[in-house]
Parts: sequence; C-alpha cells; structure tokens
Amino acid sequence: MSGYKIHLLVCGGTGCKASLSTAVVENLNHEIKTQGLDDFAQVVTTGCFGFCEKGPIVKIIPDNTFYVQVKPEDAREIVEEHIVKGRKVERLLYHDPDKETIVSDSKHMNFYKKQVRIALRNCGVIDPENIDEYIARDGYKALGKVLSEKTPEEAIKLIKDSGLRGRGGGGFSTGMKWELAAKNISDEKYVVCNADEGDPGAFMDRSILEGDPHTVVEAMAICGYSIGSNYGLVYIRAEYPLAIERLKTAIKQARDYGLLGNNILGTGFKFDIELRYGAGAFVCGEETALIHSMEGSRGEPTMKPPFPSDSGYLGKPTTVNNVETFANIPVIINKGAAWFSSIGSEKAKGTKVFALAGKINNVGLIEVPMGITLREVIFEIGGGIKNGKKFKAVQTGGPSGGCLTEKHLDTPIDYDNLIAAGSMMGSGGMVVMDEDDCMVDVAKFFLDFTVEESCGKCAPCRIGNKRLHEILEKITKGNGTPEDITRLINLGTVIKDTSLCGLGQSSPNPVLATINNFMDEYTAHIEDKKCPAGVCKALMKYEIVDENCVGCTACARACPVGAITGERKEIHHIDTSLCIKCGACIDRCKFNAVIIK
Amino acid sequence: MGKIKTLADLRKMREKLKSETDLRDKSEHPEDMVQIKVAMATCCIASGSRETMNYIVDELEKRNVDAVVTQTGCMGYCYAEPTVEVTVPGKEPIVFGYVDEKKANEIIERYIKNGELVEGIIPMNYRSIEETK
Ligand SMILES: Cc1cc2nc3c(=O)[nH]c(=O)nc-3n(C[C@H](O)[C@H](O)[C@H](O)COP(=O)(O)O)c2cc1C
Ligand code: FES
Repeated sequence: MSGYKIHLLVCGGTGCKASLSTAVVENLNHEIKTQGLDDFAQVVTTGCFGFCEKGPIVKIIPDNTFYVQVKPEDAREIVEEHIVKGRKVERLLYHDPDKETIVSDSKHMNFYKKQVRIALRNCGVIDPENIDEYIARDGYKALGKVLSEKTPEEAIKLIKDSGLRGRGGGGFSTGMKWELAAKNISDEKYVVCNADEGDPGAFMDRSILEGDPHTVVEAMAICGYSIGSNYGLVYIRAEYPLAIERLKTAIKQARDYGLLGNNILGTGFKFDIELRYGAGAFVCGEETALIHSMEGSRGEPTMKPPFPSDSGYLGKPTTVNNVETFANIPVIINKGAAWFSSIGSEKAKGTKVFALAGKINNVGLIEVPMGITLREVIFEIGGGIKNGKKFKAVQTGGPSGGCLTEKHLDTPIDYDNLIAAGSMMGSGGMVVMDEDDCMVDVAKFFLDFTVEESCGKCAPCRIGNKRLHEILEKITKGNGTPEDITRLINLGTVIKDTSLCGLGQSSPNPVLATINNFMDEYTAHIEDKKCPAGVCKALMKYEIVDENCVGCTACARACPVGAITGERKEIHHIDTSLCIKCGACIDRCKFNAVIIK
Repeated sequence: MGKIKTLADLRKMREKLKSETDLRDKSEHPEDMVQIKVAMATCCIASGSRETMNYIVDELEKRNVDAVVTQTGCMGYCYAEPTVEVTVPGKEPIVFGYVDEKKANEIIERYIKNGELVEGIIPMNYRSIEETK
C-alpha cells in the first residue's frame, strides 16, 4: 500500500471550528478532487494544535508548512499553488512578530521549539475520530503490553517509578493512588476520569478529549486492570459537546474492535466505560463532590477520609484521575519509567499542559517539561506581552492559585516551587497580566468566581468569602481603611484553615498573594484613593486641563449627564459630583484637554 | 469492522496502519532523514516530475529506505527537468537533472544506499531562483 504522499492536517478543535475550519476541510477536499489528486493528497481533521490565537490552522505534511488564519476561500490557492506546484502560499504563513519575518514551517516557530508533547502527542497529528490512526501511532499497544506481560502490581510499580503526579491540581502520586485502590478487596471497583475542568480559561482537558480521546479510553482500561476494576466512568461537563461526541465515538470504536468489553485481546480482562454529565459547577471537580454528583445526589463535597480509594462511587473503592494524568499513562508504559522520569525537574517528572491566556501574544495550549521557567513560557513560547506593554504578573492555578511576579520569572515551574512562591500548579491555567491590570481588581474578580461557585455547605467558605469580597469592594470604591488589610489577611487565613473542601481552602489565595506581592497597589487604593492602573472607576477623577481647553464645547455636548459646563471659547469645567466616568468626553476632545487623575 | 482478538492481531494491524501516519512522524525530524525534493512547477510537471515523484516514493517504501519526499517550486534548471535535490544527513544537498525512473533507481540504489557518486550532478554552487529572490 503506497498511501498518500501529502497530508493536509486541518485543525478541528473548538477554537478553529468556531472560525470555520469545517468549511476549510470541505473546500480543500473539493479542490483536491477537482485537480484529480484524490490518491495523492489526504485531508485529515485533527485536534487542537494549541495555536488557537491564529486559527484555523492548516499544516501540510511532509514539509511542515504551517498556515494560519486560513479561510474557506483560501483552499483553492493552497491546492493549486502548494499541492500542485509546490509553492508555499506566503500570505498565509505565520509572521514572527519579533523578527518581522515569515516563518515557513512549524519547526522554526518559537511557539513549538521548547515544547515537549507527551499528553498532547496526538493532538494536531491524528484524526481523533479514526481509531486506526490512533492504533498506527502505537495506540492500545500499552494496554496490550500490560494485559499480556505485566501483573497489576508490576503495572502499578511502573507508574509509581515514573514519578507521575496528578495533573488535576493536587499533584498526588498517581502510582500510589492506584496502589491504595488496588489493595482494597471488593466485589466491584471504579475508575473515574475527572473531565470537569472548572477553572475559568482552562481548556487542556477539553483539547485532549477532542484531539485524542482514545488515549483516555486506553489509560482508563489500564488503570482498571491495575486496580482490579471492570468499570470506568467519565465525568464530563455538558457544555463540552464536541469532546463528548468524540469520546462517545472513541468508546464505540474501541468496543467494535473488542478493545473494550469482555475478554479484551483474548486475555479474559473485561472493561467498559460510560459517560456521566456534569452541569458545570466548579465544586463538582472536587473528587468527593464529583462522586456524589454521579450518584445522583447534590454535588457537595464531604470530609476526607474516607478517601475515594477506600469508599468512593456507590461506596466502592474508586480511583479518580484527571484527563491529562490519564493521557500520560500509555506513553509511560510504552517508553518506560526511566524515560519519563528523565524529563522534568528533580521533584516533578514529565510535562505539564498549560492554557496561556490574558495579555500574551500567543494565546493557546502548550505542553512543556516541568522545571521550565516562567520567563521561557511567557517570553519565548508565549511571544511576550501584547502591544509591547510591561509584564506585571501571571495567575496560575486559577481561582485557587495566586499570582507570580517579575521576581519569580526565573523560578523553575513545578508543584513545590509554585506553592513556595504563594501560588499553585492547579490544573494549568495561566492568565498573564500587564501594567494595565489592577491587582486589587484581579483579586476581586477571582473571589467573585469562588463566591458564586461555593456550594454553601460550610460556613467559612459560604460566609467568609462573601465578607472578603465586601472588603475588597469597599477598597476599590475608595472607602478602604488601613485596618482592612489586616482584616483580609486574618479572615483569609481562617477560611483557608477551616473550610471543608479544597475550594474554600484555597479561595483566599488570590487575595493573600496580591497583598503579598502588590502591597503598594492596596496602599494606593486605601491611602491615596487612587487606582494606579486606572481600572477602578470609583477612584478615577476626570479633569480638564485649562491650558489645553479651547472652549469648543464638544465635551459638554457629549456628556450624557450634563456634568460639563462652560461658555463657547472659554475654559470648561467638570462637576465631579455629577460625573459618571463614562469617558465620552475623552473620546470627543481633540485637544487632549480631558485627563483622568 | 472485525474484532481484534489477540495481541498478535493488534500488532499486525499496527504494522499495516503505520505507513499511513508514518509520514507525520518522519516530518518532525527531517534533519535525521534523507530528504528528497522534487521540483514540481508547471514546467517540471510537464516533463514528468509527478511520475518521478510517485516512482521515488513507491520505490523507497519497497526498498525500506527512510526518507522524506517533498515537492518544491522550480529550481531554475528547466533544461534538465525533472530535477531532484537529495540531502543525505551530514552531506551537502546535491541536485540531479533529467531524473526519469531509470535515473531515480540509480540515485536510490547507488547514491542514497551505498554513498557512491552518481553522474548527472548539477554543480553544487547553484542558487535556486527562489533563494536568490
Ligand atoms: C474546588 C475544586 C475543584 C477541582 N476541579 C477539578 C477539575 O476540574 N478537574 C480535575 O481533574 N480535578 C479537579 N480537582 C481535583 C480533584 O479533587 C482531584 O484531586 C483530581 O481529580 C485527582 O486527579 P489527579 O490525581 O489525576 O490530579 C478539584 C479540586 C477542588 C478542591
Ligand atoms: S482549536 Fe485549532 S489550534 Fe486550537
């Protein structure tokens, strides 16, 4: 079989689909037919390439040409020029903003240079809806190997030796977790995949499920064999329709091939997987709340112990692992524990997927070795701060994490270093902030989220976070007093110490971390009644600079509340007691006479 | 779709399927691989470069030679078409002219596999039209 000589990989991730990549695929197929190249070139819809900022992405194999922002009407030129004549379509190539050069292929893009792809190995490479492509790239080989060559104990030992730690937030040793569940004797045990992914801005798990669903299916079966379970459940939020659809397809294909079901690969091992849908509450990502939600009860957490490995779903021993954790398993089995532990840092092995968001040039999904520095991630892979602004901080760990600043730029990223720096790894969201972001406002934003998402079961979280939020509100309104800082710190510490679950135990982190790193901004709000970044509206004052005002009356006519007075050709004035700070006057003034103080 | 009943079945299936996605892995490390570029502009296609390319790809596979075959624009030697540039890891790229099936066969067997020099080399101090642009 000779196969196709050219592969056109088109991104079918959620980001690129939203910008019409499905139509790009249709048109490419049509053009290829028209040119009579059906046997020569093949169009493949893949998962996310991570470079969502510039989607839809089309990558041409074998020369690695990387086309960005491809529109359906570009299909003809790509086929006629590139496929037929071998000339790259220059206008669709990626322009490196740094060097102002055109980058002809993905090998030369800074975005990909430092990445190491283990969990994302198949994303952007294979068609996630075609099990054959997964099998061709060593898919289900690890399952076969474990079932036929290893005892459950050996499999667990391998995972333990690799040093893999949970990617869902806690960072607990995966091998140890499996061992705990394996030791328990029970008529039934469960393997649960946590695909709830509640952090705002995070989409690592979604992209893995969309781009490579079989890796999760295979890993869950391996986990089942290791701990002695025949039944897997994926808890996935209902607002991930594409991930759900691809996962369903994958499960069906695996069943058809006999890779799920009874007597898998003739070894007598039996395993199957079902989906459970979540309504998208953040707290349901917490493993005990998740289990209750799957049982049909309220999605509220309960005290640990008992841990799920002792008493989980329906009271049976249950292993809960994150999507990304699972995605690492088949590779570890195929390549060995020593290989995996050679990647990463001293205490954290392997890689981590991060979702880059905020004021950064290359918004998207990246996978980097543990121990990489923030500087490399933000300035090399991320391409630096948007519009040449100054870097201020990056929030890691989502609403449960904290911010890292300039002084942390060269700290190697791993679980322990991030905690020492007052933040955490979390599931891998990274929100980058620049000089225009007010840190008090950022803390308030994340607290807004936790107040909204708190399940209300325990008092410290339900009441405490609400009070924290009120104090922040007061400070941003210009009514803060110096004692408020002490109050925030004390209350925050108590909430952390006394809350029932991880949500409350971490929710004050953004507040405490910003106080720690940006005390000067809090002081400016409280003592000078000023917001240095110009974000908190209540603290802004609009004024007219006398020397610049020519008395054209444009501002007075634009003001919706009649706060500006002044005769024609005379200097105007703003009545600050009436001003609602809408900014209409600034937009209208041609003489830079209106300023914000 | 039949079931995969044993590990041996799975292995067989993988071997069969591998060739279909192999290209995507190979293209990740082009520097370790023999790279063959076939000029494929209108003029080259007219003189048979597509047939040459198909032949090369099929033969490489049959003879188990790991190589990436890509196409490029016109190299500027329209008089010598079809033209093919071959880069063996660690060596300078070499351009061959008038590559028909017989020539291609010679290039694969003698130059790529055995490292012998093959006649018909366009001197290496060339610069393609694309590069000088
Ligand atoms: C409030 C809260 C939300 C959580 N959300 C998620 C989530 O969305 N996805 C996830 O995998 N783990 C989440 N976790 C962590 C889980 O409780 C659990 O530790 C994890 O699924 C274990 O898998 P791992 O060992 O593979 O990381 C959350 C924890 C807390 C306290
Ligand atoms: S969705 Fe296409 S690159 Fe992310």
